[in-house]
This record gives sequence, structure tokens and C-alpha cells, in this order.
Amino acid sequence: MAMPSYATTLDRIWYVTFRVICCLIFAFLIIPIIVIMPLSFNSEPYFTYPMPGFSLRWYGDFFSSPQWLLGLQNSIIVGVFATLVATVLGTLAALGLNRAEYAGKSTILAVLISPIIVPIVITAAGMFYFYAKVGLTGTLAGLVFAHATIGVPFVVITVSATLAGFDYNLIRAGASLGGDPLRVFFKITLPLILPGVVAGALFAFITSWDELVIAIFLASTEEHTLPRRMWSGIRELLSPTIMAVATMLILTSIGLMIVMELLRRRSERLRGITP
Amino acid sequence: MKGILRVSAAVLAGAALAGLQAPSAVLAQDTVTVASWGGAYSASQREAYYKPAAKEIDMTVLEDEWGGTLSEIRVQVETGEYKWHVIDGESGTAMAGCDEGLLAELDWEMLGGMDRFFPGAALDCSVGTISWATIYSYDGDAYSGDNVPTTIADFFDLEAFPGKRGLYANSPAASLEMALIADGVAADDVYTYLLENEEEGLDRAFAKLETIKDEVIWWDAGSMAPQLLADGEVAMTTAWNGRIYNAIVKEGKNFVIVWDGQIIDYDHWVIPAGHPEFDLGMKFIEYASRPEVMARQSQYISYGPTTAEAGALINPDILQHLPTAAANLANALWVDTVWWADREEELTERFQVWRSQ
Amino acid sequence: MVATTGSHDVMRTADGVPLKIKLRRAERMRKVWAIALVAPLFLFLVVGFILPIISLLALSVEDPDLTSGFPRTAEVFQEWDGEGFPSPEAMATFAEELSVAERGQFGRAAKRLNYDISGFKSMVKKTARQSEQLALLPLDQIHDGFIKIDKDWGDPAYWYAIKNASSYYTDYYLLWSLDLQRDQEREIVGVSPDRAIYVDVLLRTIEISFAVTLLCFLLGLPIAYLLATLPTRISNLLLILVLLPFWTSLLVRTTSWLVLLQNEGLINDLALWLGLWNEPQELIRNRFGVYVAMVHILLPFMVLPMYSVMKTINPWHMRAAASLGAPGWKAFLKVYFPQCMPGVAAGTLLVFILSLGYYITPALVGGPGDQMVSYWIVQNMGQTANWGLGAALSCVLLLLTLVMFFIYNRFVGVDRLKVN
Repeated sequence: MAMPSYATTLDRIWYVTFRVICCLIFAFLIIPIIVIMPLSFNSEPYFTYPMPGFSLRWYGDFFSSPQWLLGLQNSIIVGVFATLVATVLGTLAALGLNRAEYAGKSTILAVLISPIIVPIVITAAGMFYFYAKVGLTGTLAGLVFAHATIGVPFVVITVSATLAGFDYNLIRAGASLGGDPLRVFFKITLPLILPGVVAGALFAFITSWDELVIAIFLASTEEHTLPRRMWSGIRELLSPTIMAVATMLILTSIGLMIVMELLRRRSERLRGITP
Repeated sequence: MKGILRVSAAVLAGAALAGLQAPSAVLAQDTVTVASWGGAYSASQREAYYKPAAKEIDMTVLEDEWGGTLSEIRVQVETGEYKWHVIDGESGTAMAGCDEGLLAELDWEMLGGMDRFFPGAALDCSVGTISWATIYSYDGDAYSGDNVPTTIADFFDLEAFPGKRGLYANSPAASLEMALIADGVAADDVYTYLLENEEEGLDRAFAKLETIKDEVIWWDAGSMAPQLLADGEVAMTTAWNGRIYNAIVKEGKNFVIVWDGQIIDYDHWVIPAGHPEFDLGMKFIEYASRPEVMARQSQYISYGPTTAEAGALINPDILQHLPTAAANLANALWVDTVWWADREEELTERFQVWRSQ
Repeated sequence: MVATTGSHDVMRTADGVPLKIKLRRAERMRKVWAIALVAPLFLFLVVGFILPIISLLALSVEDPDLTSGFPRTAEVFQEWDGEGFPSPEAMATFAEELSVAERGQFGRAAKRLNYDISGFKSMVKKTARQSEQLALLPLDQIHDGFIKIDKDWGDPAYWYAIKNASSYYTDYYLLWSLDLQRDQEREIVGVSPDRAIYVDVLLRTIEISFAVTLLCFLLGLPIAYLLATLPTRISNLLLILVLLPFWTSLLVRTTSWLVLLQNEGLINDLALWLGLWNEPQELIRNRFGVYVAMVHILLPFMVLPMYSVMKTINPWHMRAAASLGAPGWKAFLKVYFPQCMPGVAAGTLLVFILSLGYYITPALVGGPGDQMVSYWIVQNMGQTANWGLGAALSCVLLLLTLVMFFIYNRFVGVDRLKVN
């Protein structure tokens, strides 16, 4: 927004000050994330600048440590399966929620959303006790199950958002042209809501990928995920290997964020909302 | 209900993974899972017990790490889903777990009777595996010449030795006793004094701790203590002696262990109550308690054995760094497990309230 | 069903069924389908999420230690009115059950009784060791027998503590989580000051959440406004600076602050170099560190909803106000800000709700005086294995969160919850 011609001197000072304040806030947001990445390439195990030299040794440490690699493997397995479960169930539910009005719908919606509202420590403590009863603690299946429950609300929310602008006449048209419901779903509904489904899946994945508290309660050493391994590491010894892991996690986040942004813009274009 | 849940849980999550899980290796021998503390400590157990067990008693030992809390055992006993055959736990956990029926009583005939072990190392549900000490340590580069800390009182003397102090966050055990010794109670008399003047004695210990509270940085994992010293975050810290010894020997740090007013304690082997494979657990414990087997561990970490027979087999060079070496015992206190078992929860609660105020 | 067959004013479909009925049928089918689509997820959440939480919360009103270990004692003590001492028969029942109790049974009961009166645990154990002779005593000597083992049995408070633990359902842990207990008259009174902590912790949790929310609002407002008023091309670029932290793991961000704020960390180094202070300052393990890290982590949750509302506000409103002579700040407050309220409400409530349940960040960058309710839930569920108290604290935290969520739902609407 450019300065209008009738701005006073005071307005101009305020205008500049405001911009400076905003720059500082942006710096506050981004610097902590930027600053630790170079430290993972430090040749010495210190966390200060200037760095004495450049080295890949901490990445070498990571990729030669069976424990970190097991963590990586567990994180991927749990993330992928939890995402699958959450996406399928969440998409179906979002379709159901938007299909008709019925009594108790808002209560049902509140229940479906509740995993992101209930403090994670309570969720984890409940699962710790209850999953043990059904033999799910100390297994990857237990973590998949748990992570799927907390990933589901994101799928419901994103798919519902896509469905908000959804033209149901398209389904009716499909049906009237003789398509059976399954065919209509795969040929018409799914392609149209796909951006929402993929966005929800990405959210579900990142939720599982970053999740720590449930892993603290449920996972024994064999099931340690990357964040869980990191948590032990941070509390014991803040090593540069942890900076290397953090850097890789940040890069993953950047990748997911880019995919997400592209999706969002695509879906806005599709729905004719040009920003 | 349980059945339905089990089924639905299995269908929804288990089935999804079924194809993915690697088939567990076919093991002809006995297999036990032992939970312990991880890090250098687990490494020493691996060398001394787990690896040789395969050859010597035809037993495969799988390792797990645990947090040392009774909750982890309780949830297994109450649900009957056992993850561990044998657990390496602190004496307080062993004692409380035994009282609460969470640990099985051991087969002492198999272990050759309680008298083989040092006093306090043989309890109904547990048998000592190592002796270790809570000591305090400082960085040799920070203090030199005549002005170096030598007594436990120096740890509490902020005027003579200014700087931050490291203390264990999770339990008041050892810190309370150290505070009393520093306040003038002779090490040998600490528990008799506490039994006779319980309320006053505890108030006195807390008051002594209060004098350094503002300068305390709390550590809650064994390896944090040497790390705090190395980073210069604290001037001195209490620590488990093996961790400091490791930093000195393996990492070449110039740390100094002060052998005064240290609190000596045991770690115990325990078996969760009601374990269907109790016999396998006992077989492992029996093996690990043989003098020649137990004596191996101190080659890898500076913790002492719990039987005199094993002590006799240890190389004197190693022996001098152990908490139980005669030269280190001048003003040491052996922890009174029974005293603690009756008070651990209430004192931990009081300690945590005090810490958070 | 008002449609009658044969009348001509009823619209019919091709197969002769009145349209109204056909429509109603179709509507019903749609509902059935809708419910059928939601059902799998609903069941999944009930089993994987709701039941675990209910079973946890249930622990807060159960007191099984005495009732399962000493069922007959529990029964007779429940009948006792709590005045003076229980009857000799009740004492004899207790002695008898003590003498046959397995180690674990009286161990758990002793632990539970020790919550009420410290030192009770060792007393029960001592008594249990001599309970065989005790159980053989005639009724008129039984109380003296108890007193002979430990003189504290002459104090009615100990007997009352047994009564207090003798009912399977209890408000004991819920009261404890609010620093309360019942005295011998069943009146609710406060616990002794050296045990009172949970009200403080609760207030601290609210205080931290409130402060974090306020700080997020103060920092979030300017940048949300800037983003909403800049040309889209630039604002989309700047938005990345908000989205990247949003997408980055909480643990990673907390770790960064740990690295930045520690004694030999970057901030201290920089400040020393600039001469801002002369020796390293304590920036973590205190409230300051908690605020910095939590605000950083939650700021995107404040900015994004505000931004999405502000984007829809016509900037000409501000200009109109300005052209009518209102100074910039006044135009902002009177014209612009009221229109942002939906976004502000969504952002502040969301940040507040999320703050309430924080555990990891305060645990890593806070000191012992900065830990919130979640920390004590973890402590009691894990460290001390006091599941009843851990569950009771969970009830308190959950209730607080749900109240805030209810307000959110009322003013913002759960269907407005957006994540992108």
C-alpha cells in the first residue's frame, strides 16, 4: 500500500516505524529456523559462529548410526500408514458430513475434530493405559493407530473446505447418466476434491512425522521415531548430529510446504478464485 | 469388550502392517529381553553379560531401554502384556515395586543365598548388579592451587566457591543426605539421626538445599551432568560416578571427582510379577550374578560389583576408581533402601513442590 | 403421509409414487449414506481416541487399592460413621485380612494410605509383619494390640484414613488435584501448604497461556495487517516466512531456541560482542525462555486466521475514514479493527487453547517453576505412578480446554477451523 498524497509527516514516520517493526517480527519468525542449519555443517561440535570449518561429519554420524536410521525408518513407516488410514477414513467422513443435514451433525463434527483440541498429553496418557490393555503398546501398529487418530481432523477439515465449493449437481448429473455411485465417486467427486484430499494427507503425514508426546508414552526403543530419538538426544547431549537431523527435518518441511502452496494455488485457480 | 477391541484394533492397524513386519528371526535358544538405561552403561552390560551369554549359557539377550519409572512395569503387570523378562532398576524402584506386588520374589536358592551379597544388595524381589555412587565433581580447569573443593560442605559453600551447581531433578535421594552431611551430620549417623528426628532432620536438609537453590541447574538424565560441566553451565555438579569417570577417561576431560560425602547405592535386577517366563529371567540373573561374570563389567564402566567374590577378581588398577575402593570410602554413606522405600513418594512429592515454588 | 392415492393434485414420479414420498425417501437415503460414510471414522475415533481418554479419566474417580486388597475391611469401614474409633470387630477384620494379605495387596494399600498421612506406609508394613498374633487377640484387647505395635494407632486420624480409602468410587484424587481434601467431618478443606501446588500450577498454566496469547496478538497484528495490505505478489512471498515456521516441527524449533539462548549460545555471544551485557545472561530454564519459544511456535496460528479475515476487508474503508479527517490510528481502531474481529477471535482463542496443553517446550526451555499442568500429568502418570492423581489433573486440564473450545465454537464456529 503506497502512501496516499494526503499523508502527514507523522503518518510518514509511523509508516517507516511500522515497516521496521514488521521486519523485526519476520526476523524473529525465521531466524531460529535458518540459523541452526549451517551449524550442522560445523567441523567442531560447538554451536556458535564463526564456524571454524565446514564438515559433513555429523551427517556421516547420522547415516552410520543404526539407532538414528531405525528412527528414520520407523518415522517413515508410521507416517505413511497413519496417513493412509487417516486420509481414507477422513475423506469418507468429510463426504458424509457434507452430504446431508441431520440431527447431531455438529456434535459429530466436534468429535471428529477433537483430537486436535484435546491436549496431547491427555491423549497420550489415555492411549498409554488403554492400548496396553489391547496389546498395542510396543508395536508400530499402535503408533500407526495413534497417529492416525490425531491426523484425521486435518483431513476432515481440508476435504470439507474443498467440498464447501463443491457443486453437487455434478454428482446428480453423473448419476442420471447411469454411473453407479462408486464410478461417480472415482470419475467425478475424487478428481474435484483431490487437492483437498492431498492437502489433508500432507497434514496428516506431517502431524505423524513431528509427533513426539505419544511416542514418548507408547514407543519402546525398537519403535522410536525420529523425534523420539531426538528428544532423548537433546536431553542427554545437544550434539551437532541433532542439528543435522533438525536440518533434514526443516528441509522436509520446506518440501511439504512448497507442495502445499502449489496445491492451494492450483485449487484456487480451478475454483476460479484468482488472488 | 477386550476381545472386540483387540479384534478391531488388529483389523484397523495391525492388518495394515501385517505385510510389512519382518518375520522374527528363528531362535533355537532361550531368548530374554532385558531393559536397562542405555548409553555407556548398557554398552558395558552388553560386553559383560549379553554377548557372552549366547556362548556360555546358550541364551539370546535382547536389549531395551526404559525410563526407570514404576508406571512402565505397572502397565505390563496389570495388562499381562510383558515386554521385559528382566529389568535393571534403581533400589528405590526395586523396593517399592516389591511392596506393591509389581515384582516377583526371586529364587534365592538358585542365586546361592542372600549372604553372598553385600548388605542391602539382596532383597526379596531384587538382587544388586552394580554398586555406584552419587558424587560431586568439578572442572579441574576452573579451580586450581589451594582453593579447590575437597569436602561435601564446599559444594554448598557459595562464598568460597561461587558459581552454578548441578543437582538431580527427579528425586531428592542422595541430595538430601548430602545436604545433611554438609550441614555437619556425620555420614555414618545420617539415617539414625533422621529416624530419631525425622521432621526436624528433613527440614534441616531442605533448608540446606534452599541455600543454593537459586544457583541450581537441574539435570534429569545421567549424561546431562558431565555435559553441564563441559559446557561451563555449572561450576560443580552432583553426578553418577561412572558418567564422570567416562568423561575423564574416554573424552579426556579434566574433571575431578570429590570422594567425600558420596552416597553409595545399588542397581538391581528385577523380574515383573506374574511373568510367564519367570524361569528364563532367573536363568539370566543367576548367570549375571556369577562372580567371574559380574567381575567383567567394571572393565567397561567404573561401577563396582555387589559380591565380595567378584570384587576379589577385579584388577587393582580398575578397583581404585570404584565407589567401593577403600581409599574412597573415608566419609561415604551407604543408602538405606528400606528407609527410602517407606518415604520415597512423599519426599519426592515434597521435593518437587519445593523445586517448583 | 398426506398423499392419498387417486387424487389428481398430487405430483407423481414416473413409477406412480407421489413425488413427496419419493423425495423424502431420497432424502432418507442420503442421510443413511451420509451416516454410513461418517461411521467408520467415528468408530475408529471412539476406539482409538475417545475410549482411551474415558478410561484415563475414569481412573480419577476410582480408588481400588484398599477395596481390592482388603475387601472385607473396606466394607466394614464404610459402615463405620467415622466418629472416634471403629468397632473392635472392624479392627479385627482389618487385622485378619492383614495377616493373610499377599505382599502386593498390602503394599498397594499402604502406598494409598500414605497419600493421606505420611509415615502410614511404614506403619502398615510394621503392623502387617505382626498381624498374625494381632488377629488372634480377643476383641476387647485388639485396639491395645494395635497400639502396642505402633502408638499412632491410638490416633483416630489413622483409622479415619482407612475409612477414607474404603470406597471404590472417590472424589479423593479430584480434590487433590485442586489442593483439597476431606477432613474427619467430611468437610472439604485445603491440604497443608508444603503439599499445595496444583492450584498454583493451574494458575501458572493460565497465566502463561494468557501471556503467550497476548504477545502473539501484539506481534501478529502488525504482520497480518501488512500481509493483507501489500500487493499479492509481495505478500505471498512474505507469507512464506510465516508458513515455514508453521510447517517446521515443534521439537526442531524448540531445539533452535535451546541453541540460541543457552549460556554459550548465539544470542549471548552476540550481546557480549555488541556490549549489551558483560557476562552471559540466563535466557533459558526460566519464564523468559518459555515465552520466547512458545510465542515463536504459536505465532503462525495467530497470524494466519487474522490474515485470512483482513484480506477480505476493503482497504478503501480506511481511506474513506482518513479522507473524512480521522487520524490513521483512529481510522484503524474505529473502522478497520472491528471488521477483523472474527479473525482476531479465532486466532486468540486458538492460541490460548493450544497453549494450555503445552508440555515439550516448557520441559526443554523452562525451569522447575515454569512447568504447566501437562508436565505434572506426565510426572504422575510416569515418574511416581500415581495414576489417580495424573488422571484427576487430566480432568481439570481437559475441562478447561473444553470450556475454551466451547467458547471458540460459539463465537468462531468449529467449521471455520482452517489449517491452511
